[in-house]
Amino acid sequence: MFSSPLETLLTISLFIISVATLGLVYRVIKGPSVPDRVMALDSIGINLIAITAIMSIMLNTDAFLEVILLIGVIAFIGTVAFSKFLQKGEIIEYDRDN
Amino acid sequence: MKVNDMILQTVTTLLSFIILIFSVYLFFAGHYTPGGGFIGGLMTSSALVLILLAFDLKTFKKIFPINFLTVAATGLLISILTGVAALFFDVPYLTHTFDYVELPILGETALTSTLIFDLGVYLVVVGVAMTIIQTIGESE
Repeated sequence: MFSSPLETLLTISLFIISVATLGLVYRVIKGPSVPDRVMALDSIGINLIAITAIMSIMLNTDAFLEVILLIGVIAFIGTVAFSKFLQKGEIIEYDRDN
Repeated sequence: MKVNDMILQTVTTLLSFIILIFSVYLFFAGHYTPGGGFIGGLMTSSALVLILLAFDLKTFKKIFPINFLTVAATGLLISILTGVAALFFDVPYLTHTFDYVELPILGETALTSTLIFDLGVYLVVVGVAMTIIQTIGESE
């Protein structure tokens, strides 16, 4: 079924990460409070990075390495923006001293 | 209640430089590998957005005292001028050329006029994205 032990290992880890992502999707839908959902979405982003890395090994290409860094940056900025909205009610304030 | 954002602000001062360097890398890598002016511009604006998130609009305008609409207009002008420049060499509009140049540190490098066109795209993307975000953030 699989051509090499490495491919077997990668498929198994892809399956495990998919199950973990499904668990996080459950938390996004069910999560009683908004911070639960934000944390779950952030973790989905991290899992997406892992899936991209595994897929780039499976496809034997290095064209997706920028995507990995890109998802990391976007997930971080998105989470920071959402946390600031939850904390202060506005994302970009005019003058933080008053 | 006064909030102390020390961790966020310290991380931002370090991380915004890393994102800016990554965006410059993406901009120059666009010719042979994935990347280019569009995604490079988006990464630059996301670094600027991170500064906007950690600090405020007043501080941001003190760090970058430029009108981002001017940036977008300059980028559009650069892109059009690289197209027009081809007309002076008796070739159709937007014809691009490239040559191998011996640079001091980098050695033999392929320089293309497409890079200047891409610089225009980069400036337009940064200018438009930052104008949108600043305008939305300003309104009360």
